[in-house]
Amino acid sequence: MPFINLFAREINCKVVYYGPGLGGKTTNIEVLNERVKPEARGQLLKLNTETERTLFYDFVPIDLAEVRGFKTRFLLYTTPGQVYYHATRKLVLKGVDGIVFVADSQLARADANELALEEMKEDLAEYGVDLADLPFVIQYNKRDLTQVTPIEELRRTLNPTGVPEFEAVASQGVGVSETFKAVARGVITKLRDQQGGGAPAPSGLGH
Amino acid sequence: MFHSTTVLGEDDYQRLKASIDGLVRSANARVVFLVDKAGQLIAAGGAVSDLDTTSLASLTAGNIAATGGIAKLLRENEFATQYHEGKDAHVHIQVVKNRVILVVIFDARSSLGLVRLRVRKTAEELTAIFDDMNARPPSVRDAANFTEITDEDIDNLFND
Repeated sequence: MPFINLFAREINCKVVYYGPGLGGKTTNIEVLNERVKPEARGQLLKLNTETERTLFYDFVPIDLAEVRGFKTRFLLYTTPGQVYYHATRKLVLKGVDGIVFVADSQLARADANELALEEMKEDLAEYGVDLADLPFVIQYNKRDLTQVTPIEELRRTLNPTGVPEFEAVASQGVGVSETFKAVARGVITKLRDQQGGGAPAPSGLGH
Repeated sequence: MFHSTTVLGEDDYQRLKASIDGLVRSANARVVFLVDKAGQLIAAGGAVSDLDTTSLASLTAGNIAATGGIAKLLRENEFATQYHEGKDAHVHIQVVKNRVILVVIFDARSSLGLVRLRVRKTAEELTAIFDDMNARPPSVRDAANFTEITDEDIDNLFND
């Protein structure tokens, strides 16, 4: 749920980069953090294992421009990709406002993509959230490699509902900004439409 | 709800801030901050200028989420209180109303006993504020700013 502080005139939104292990989730937020203006750049926090794999999550806050006098800040999280970190992956999804699914285009990772997507939907459902209600975009990463699944096939298995999708080579920065902009746009548009559709929810903090 | 928007009004923010500032003084704390369980910083008081409160908020919520997971495995409801003792700085974490997290960072100028005592009182204050906030119908004024967001406004977010 976006958090709006009317006194500080701030909107905070949480976006989670989800996907199979070694798919490029951390690379995405690293590239984004390098690209933003220094004054908008937050501290990149990594909770890693000794082998540099994500243990809990990576986190970076990114400030965008103001909208209607409100500073917009996106708190970007990645989930740990390895299968046995399911419990922590689910925790990171708590309170999420928008999701980027980073699929690994390599042929050998086709099953891992599908399993990760299924697991994500199940975890959201346990929080009472339907993925269809969330701003959601898909990134087909590692398009520069040779043994990759054709886009049409990835689209058929991972994106049957036709959410925004992007081809990327995150390690070279290709497609990273486009992906983020699409999810950020989705989150702010949803915020607007929610508020326009009636009165806002009460603070919700005490429930 | 999990995916609805949280709007914190100016008056409510001021009341929460006053309660937190009161705890900074009464507990001789270095810093006090309030975080929601998704890791969003709600309010902070004390010597915050030299701290990365955004990261602290995220990590605190992560910590509570992780220990909440442990609690569930042990068939406990949650571990509402945590204490981390460092060489110079100590951290007391209290879950209030099962929803927000009150964090007190203190040093040798205070003590765990004093912090615990004052946190209890502040938790009651915060509970009363949240109950009051939730009992009131949401202000239409609060929503007005966002219905006017245009597609152009959204495009402008990414002005590099």
